[in-house]
Amino acid sequence: MALKVEHELHRRRLGRNIGLGLVLLAFVGLVFGLTLVKTKRGDFNMQPEQSQTQQGASG
Amino acid sequence: MSDTSVNNTSKAAQVQIGQVQIGHGDAGFSDFYALLKPRVMSLVVFTALVGLLAAPQPVHPFVAFVAILFIALGGGASGALNMWWDADIDRIMKRTQKRPIPAGRVTEGEALGFGAFLSVFSVVMLGLAANWVAAGILAFTIFFYVVVYTMWLKRTTPQNIVIGGAAGAFPPMIGWAVATGGISIESVLMFCLTFMWTPPHFWALALFMKSDYHEAKVPMLTVTHGRKSTRLHILVYTLLLAPVAIGISFTSIGGPVYLAVSLIFNALFVKGAWDIWRRDEAQAEADGYRTEKKVFGLSLLYLFAQFGAILVESTLRIYGMGGW
Repeated sequence: MALKVEHELHRRRLGRNIGLGLVLLAFVGLVFGLTLVKTKRGDFNMQPEQSQTQQGASG
Repeated sequence: MSDTSVNNTSKAAQVQIGQVQIGHGDAGFSDFYALLKPRVMSLVVFTALVGLLAAPQPVHPFVAFVAILFIALGGGASGALNMWWDADIDRIMKRTQKRPIPAGRVTEGEALGFGAFLSVFSVVMLGLAANWVAAGILAFTIFFYVVVYTMWLKRTTPQNIVIGGAAGAFPPMIGWAVATGGISIESVLMFCLTFMWTPPHFWALALFMKSDYHEAKVPMLTVTHGRKSTRLHILVYTLLLAPVAIGISFTSIGGPVYLAVSLIFNALFVKGAWDIWRRDEAQAEADGYRTEKKVFGLSLLYLFAQFGAILVESTLRIYGMGGW
């Protein structure tokens, strides 16, 4: 009889841990990708529109 | 004691150890994946994708991918909550006995926690990735499926499938909202298409799975009103579905390709429903519910063809050929 018994339970835990790790990595990749896309599109632009600034200055 | 009896005792002990330990929060990754009802999720992904691509506003491919992913996750989360609430009847019905909770691989508490977390997570992420209108419709879809259908209607009325079917009809509206940030006649018609399709689809299934629902005391139409009435209901709903489906042809997402596909498949579906209505139980039992099973299979192909044709029209439109 082997000293270290490989039980079904260990395989399940390993599978779950690897799966969760991959899911977390994929999530990091998704957030990174979304950030790049939204930054390029200007979704996070906090500056007021140039035309509005000029209007404000002239008024 | 013989070798055989020693082996048998050892095997029994292993099984017992396995059952006790695995039953206490040691589900595998695939068990949690199964909680998300992947087959239902595939329909959600497909119809939401069609809704998104048929919309007049283009969406960045990566944002579209992320949006579809979280719509699918939201649908899966409601599936996990459905399995949590329905664990008692899933243990009775043959069709659902192998699901993770009745099979003892996932505890009810795990399914509840998993489903609740993913519900909130998918809605928030869809809001951040796309817009809050789409996220709001997703949140309402999860609420409708879990609370209105699963907790309330499923066990109280034979109209459970009719009203509850709305939950499965929302994904194309969510996809459309991801692109446009709103709701329009086209997205409502795509909702109506799936909404009207659901009852005949499920009743065809219920006709040849009747004993399952009967044993679980789920008031399916077959149980409360009998099979003859269910056959009539299938025909009536299929006739009501046809004008809705064909009507989409004349909106901005339709066109000649959709009209041709819609005419063919609605004719086939109505013919199938007519065949079901004309049969009695003796005929159905004699050939093992062959017509009912055929119509159930056709109904799956029907929905795929309708949404596939909308997708073809939107693709043709890119090259200046789609629509009227």
